Amino acid sequence: MRQTTPNQDFFRGIWNENPVLIQMLGLCPALAVTNSVENSLGMGGATFFVLCGSSFLVALLKKFIPHEVRISTYILIIATFVTVADMSLEAMAPSLHKDLGAFIALIVVNCMILGRQEAFASKKPVSRALLDAAGTGIGFMIALLMMGSVRELLGAGSLLGYNIMGPNFEPWVVMILPPGGFLTLGFWLLGLTWYQERKKARLANDGAGAKERRAA
Amino acid sequence: MGDLVWILISAMIVNNFTLAYFLGLCPFMGVSGRVETALRMGMANIFVLVLTSLCAWFLNNFVLEYAPYLRVISFIVVIASLVQIVEIAIKKFSPTLFQQLGISLPLITTNCAILGLAIFQTNREYGFFQGLFFAVGAGLGLTLALVLMASIREDSERANVPNLARGTALVMIIAGSLSLAFMGFAGLGSAS
Repeated sequence: MRQTTPNQDFFRGIWNENPVLIQMLGLCPALAVTNSVENSLGMGGATFFVLCGSSFLVALLKKFIPHEVRISTYILIIATFVTVADMSLEAMAPSLHKDLGAFIALIVVNCMILGRQEAFASKKPVSRALLDAAGTGIGFMIALLMMGSVRELLGAGSLLGYNIMGPNFEPWVVMILPPGGFLTLGFWLLGLTWYQERKKARLANDGAGAKERRAA
Repeated sequence: MGDLVWILISAMIVNNFTLAYFLGLCPFMGVSGRVETALRMGMANIFVLVLTSLCAWFLNNFVLEYAPYLRVISFIVVIASLVQIVEIAIKKFSPTLFQQLGISLPLITTNCAILGLAIFQTNREYGFFQGLFFAVGAGLGLTLALVLMASIREDSERANVPNLARGTALVMIIAGSLSLAFMGFAGLGSAS
């Protein structure tokens, strides 16, 4: 495994290896509860908490976890934090908890979280694991917000409940229904691929131009 | 009886797990390349879903009454061990099927459809038979979505798609159209 600096550990998860947009992990919550910005924030926050908590504990306990049962141990640790998040949300924000419904409990099977434990937290010191978890959590939150803002803007004409599009806007109801989730993610991915291709083409062009100039 | 049939149809078509609840997307993206694998994965899923439903019913009625806060933890532990047991059993009784299923079998553990089923079943307070029909319906729905997706993808390989759109973006947009089509069934109403 190559060595990384703390900075890389933190920023990698936010964009270059964004869990949802690049690695395609944790798609279920990214599609299911992003029909408004508020729900996206709630889901992102809960996942952030679970990810940081379990990365911390796994990195702390890695010497004591036998190799053979490590996956089950990780799942147990994650499930514990999910239960904590579930119960605190129910107590502090009952309406949000009702909106998110079963998807809070389903954070347990978010492959992104288990993936970070297996790939990172179980091999690195506590501080690095926390940085990595925070970066990935923020990346996940950004992806959710990208989905949530587009869907709420087009589907309800508002952002965070404030009307943006004016009274004459006819909401695209389909965007806040299930198909809208698939379509929004599909078009975001299309846009990102297009952007990357363009960047690559420009770099190649620049490279060719430099060579020509050198030849001349 | 009508109630039970309705639960099955509702879970299978109206509230399809994959296309309406976004559960089980990983296999939906991963193994939907070929119709044959999709079908096999669907079958394995139905099997595990039914067993999970039975276990969830048992846990809800005899264990979790005394400790409701252990719900998520106990469900996930039961599912993980269940998948392991199924794996061992299939390996013992039908090595050929075991080879055909390959990696998709252990991955069922982290399939959110399974845990989702257990949680929905608990939230809706389904009884024994209701849970059973719910599980079969959900499994059939997953299989249906997987097979539909796989057949569209097989065809789209021969289609003239712009390079930019190949890959996940195309799959997402196809899934969106499928989901849109399934929304038409919402007119049937829904069992909650």
